[in-house]
Amino acid sequence: MYSFDILFPSLLNGLTTGAVYALVALGLTLIYGVLHIINFAHGAALMLAMYGVYLLRSRLGWDPYLSLPVMVAAMFAFGYALQRLIINRASHGKDENILLVTLGLAIVMENLALLTFSADTRSIDTAYTLSTVAIGPAMIALPKLIAFGGALAVAAVLLWVVRGTQLGRAIRAVAQEKQGAKLMGIDVEHAYAMSYGIGLACLGAAASFLLPAYYVNPQVGSGFVLVAFTIVVLGGMGSFSGALIGGFLIGVVESIGGLFLGDSLGQVGIYLIFIAVLLFRPRGLFGDRG
Amino acid sequence: MSNRRTFIQHSAAAAGALAFPSIGGAQPAAVKVGVLHPVTGALAFSGQQCREGAMLAIDDINKAGGIKAMGGARIEPLLGDAQSQPAAGAAEIEKMNEAGVAAVLGAYASAICLATTQVAAKYGLPHVVDVGVADQIVQRGLKNTFRFGPGYGVCAQIAVINLHVLNKAAGNPAKTVMIIHEESLFGTGTANLLARELPGYGFEVREIVKHANPTRDFNNIVLRMKALQPDIVIPANYYNEYALLVRTMRQQKVTPKAIYSVLGGAASSFKFVKEFPDSAEGIIDCNHWFNPKDARALALRKRVEAKGLFFTYEIFNTYTAMMFLADAIGRARSADRAAITAALAGSSFSDHFMPYGPTKMLDGQNTGAQPLMTQVQRGDIKVIVPREYRQVEPQFPMKA
Amino acid sequence: MKDMGTIAVFVIVVAAVALLSSSGVTLNFLMMALYAMLMAQAWNLLGGFGGQFSFGHALFFGSGAYVQAIAQLNGGINPWLALPLAVGAAAVVGAAIGALAFRYGLKGSYFALITLAFAEVFRILALSAPFTGGGVGLMLPLRRAASNLQFDSPRGYVLLALALVTLGLLVTAWLRRSRFGARLQAVRDNEDAAQALGIDPFRIKLVACVLSGAFMGAAGAFYVQVFQYIDPGIAFGPTTSIEALLGAIVGGMGTLWGPVLGALALQALSELTRNLFGALPGINMVIYGAVLVLIVMFMPRGIAGLGLSVRTAWKRRGGNDHG
Repeated sequence: MYSFDILFPSLLNGLTTGAVYALVALGLTLIYGVLHIINFAHGAALMLAMYGVYLLRSRLGWDPYLSLPVMVAAMFAFGYALQRLIINRASHGKDENILLVTLGLAIVMENLALLTFSADTRSIDTAYTLSTVAIGPAMIALPKLIAFGGALAVAAVLLWVVRGTQLGRAIRAVAQEKQGAKLMGIDVEHAYAMSYGIGLACLGAAASFLLPAYYVNPQVGSGFVLVAFTIVVLGGMGSFSGALIGGFLIGVVESIGGLFLGDSLGQVGIYLIFIAVLLFRPRGLFGDRG
Repeated sequence: MSNRRTFIQHSAAAAGALAFPSIGGAQPAAVKVGVLHPVTGALAFSGQQCREGAMLAIDDINKAGGIKAMGGARIEPLLGDAQSQPAAGAAEIEKMNEAGVAAVLGAYASAICLATTQVAAKYGLPHVVDVGVADQIVQRGLKNTFRFGPGYGVCAQIAVINLHVLNKAAGNPAKTVMIIHEESLFGTGTANLLARELPGYGFEVREIVKHANPTRDFNNIVLRMKALQPDIVIPANYYNEYALLVRTMRQQKVTPKAIYSVLGGAASSFKFVKEFPDSAEGIIDCNHWFNPKDARALALRKRVEAKGLFFTYEIFNTYTAMMFLADAIGRARSADRAAITAALAGSSFSDHFMPYGPTKMLDGQNTGAQPLMTQVQRGDIKVIVPREYRQVEPQFPMKA
Repeated sequence: MKDMGTIAVFVIVVAAVALLSSSGVTLNFLMMALYAMLMAQAWNLLGGFGGQFSFGHALFFGSGAYVQAIAQLNGGINPWLALPLAVGAAAVVGAAIGALAFRYGLKGSYFALITLAFAEVFRILALSAPFTGGGVGLMLPLRRAASNLQFDSPRGYVLLALALVTLGLLVTAWLRRSRFGARLQAVRDNEDAAQALGIDPFRIKLVACVLSGAFMGAAGAFYVQVFQYIDPGIAFGPTTSIEALLGAIVGGMGTLWGPVLGALALQALSELTRNLFGALPGINMVIYGAVLVLIVMFMPRGIAGLGLSVRTAWKRRGGNDHG
């Protein structure tokens, strides 16, 4: 029904869009994997990060890719503080309370942004925002191609941190067995806060890659949250490679689904996959059992 | 940032009015008017722009001496936040009713307007609809509901007729159409109407694309556009999606003969033109617009831009709707709801800068209301149709 | 029974306010508060007593709402008769989703996420289905008459909502005292142990899901009768799902009065903050969100839990035992 000239670019579009989804999901899967909380504030945090990139560009003229290290550091600090000072204190360790706290925080963040920046949609314009790269019959937007590379890079960094550093070992220990880790002398609170911080730091990177191809307003985060959750579950909670591959998969499903079912109905493919994974393989593609 | 300053000013004015009621017979009692918009939530931008328009109008009326027929009575706004939800809007109307407002102006979004007009009707409270384009709003037989501007039925009809006229004048270069609309009330309703009217004028609707709110990426849709090669692309969606779509089209180098929108979110938006002049060039829109030859509109535009805001349809629609309401209050010579309702129904208000001519209310709809066709030419938005308001010759088809 | 006594007092007080007050604002607030209570109660049945958190309760809300609307528009059925149909439809959806989820042993976050996913699927389908009006939604013709379940003043709606909430209270009270309720809570607290005792967790949880869905469907049908308009976003969107769980958790899960107190408190908070700093839109929601966080911080067992803590502390002081 569709020629190669349509299917191939659609596939590539799906991969590059999926890469952005993966960037958002990488942080979410770490937070879920370690703290076992569904972070409702993830979308709002992405939104704040995007405003950060926007401000650095509009006030200081910084290219969004160059501001990436700054955003990563800033979001890390923000995440660490948020978890250590508020989420941890408020929730008393109960699941339903963590849910409410992150929900409340999301509302606060969204409306502080509304107050500070007003409801206008902001975009940035750079020399390369409209550039494309030809791959066969496809013309792929340059910022999205860069985002694709970025997702791979961020996933690699995360894997290195978690596998190859002492911090990573501590985090993994806490994720698997909190009490045991505590007995071993690991500072659990610190590990939790570091994990949350790293999770939000990923959003700092995601924002740098996303803004050139998109826009920011106080509501922008909510459009990514559900998709990110789907990817986390699909890939396996706590698995970075799962989030990456899951992101690509969901991106492609959305793209191809849009081709065949229309872009509104095509969204249903994402959630049907979500449901199928939950029912038949809850640990996801790469998750651990139990 | 200036929005915040503006709002502080407005609230100070409103607070001042509330805190210092008129004393004795020195000044006639102020007429309370409810101003209800979704200033928080998903529709915050449009809601805040609407509120701005209403407040500018109230300031102008009061500065010019208030409602002259009532001895210079000032208009006192009671601000309400519909929080982008019909239920919240309904609750605000209850509050406003109890606070004794004489009339209500609001609530921008069609779904919210459906709820607010109904609640207002229970109390015989006249409700002027500022934007809310869904035709159902004025088709329920509510005697208290009045819409000053056009609904999407009229907009779609006029858009199709004018497309036909433009096409014929250019030698009929365009035949195939692709409609891209957002999935909720406004987009679906408009698309349905267009799909029904277009074939009657010889146009072939090749595809109707429905997309979500928000849509994160338009590459797929633009891809199909490339394959389909429609002569005309008709978007009916909100600002963010419109802007993203048009930018993606430019990026993918898809250039149809016309991008012809109906109530397009960004098509006749000074904000879009300023931020993306290249992508905006040549776009035609059938939308709410002011009379470009009326100096008052141009003066208002300058004032609004001096505040750092964009002169969008939310502002001038709500501004003129407030003027329409104030005129009716004046002719009713009182703050009595029934009197104002009668005055609104029989209004022939023509002292405004919209291209509506004298007002003629039929079952709550101003039959004189019409949209205008605009086109972005050389970085500015100019009216192309109808002739009496034309500023430049239309460029149809678009320059490649 | 003590519960019956307090429920009776509640009904009498609310009915009195409804019948005596002529303030539109008060009646409207009461109506919205009762509506929120109904949703919170529905969620509480499954979440508080059953221990199965649902993030997609809008699924049942929307099912009830659409059936209520379609029965009238397409079937010409009287809204009072459509109401049990709507509730039944929501209950069926509850049974289907519950059966599916519990059959595959979904618990905790997985259960929560699957309800969320189904709500989204229904929302997306509703946008394209022919009988839901798609994105345009469905509008009931305005015809105010008690026989048409459209009341002139909020009073009628308040009384209807009160009846539904009272039913919810009775069911919740029954849940607290009955064997079924005890089994449900046993499954909630330790499913494996409960199973070892011979309880069938699947059946128990399924019944809870059906009950929960039914009440949520009633809330959906109620909404349609109040606002005469429904669209996929309102019906199946996350806002409705969140509203349901907020009231229950803030009020105190697994308690009789928790949902009532929580919904009331949140509704009051929302009203108070909405126009507090009307000039600065957004501040009201910042305060709302902050208060939410503070409530969780200082009342970890919800508002009803606070009452419990106070009573326990009082008893420990050796003061009079007020029971």
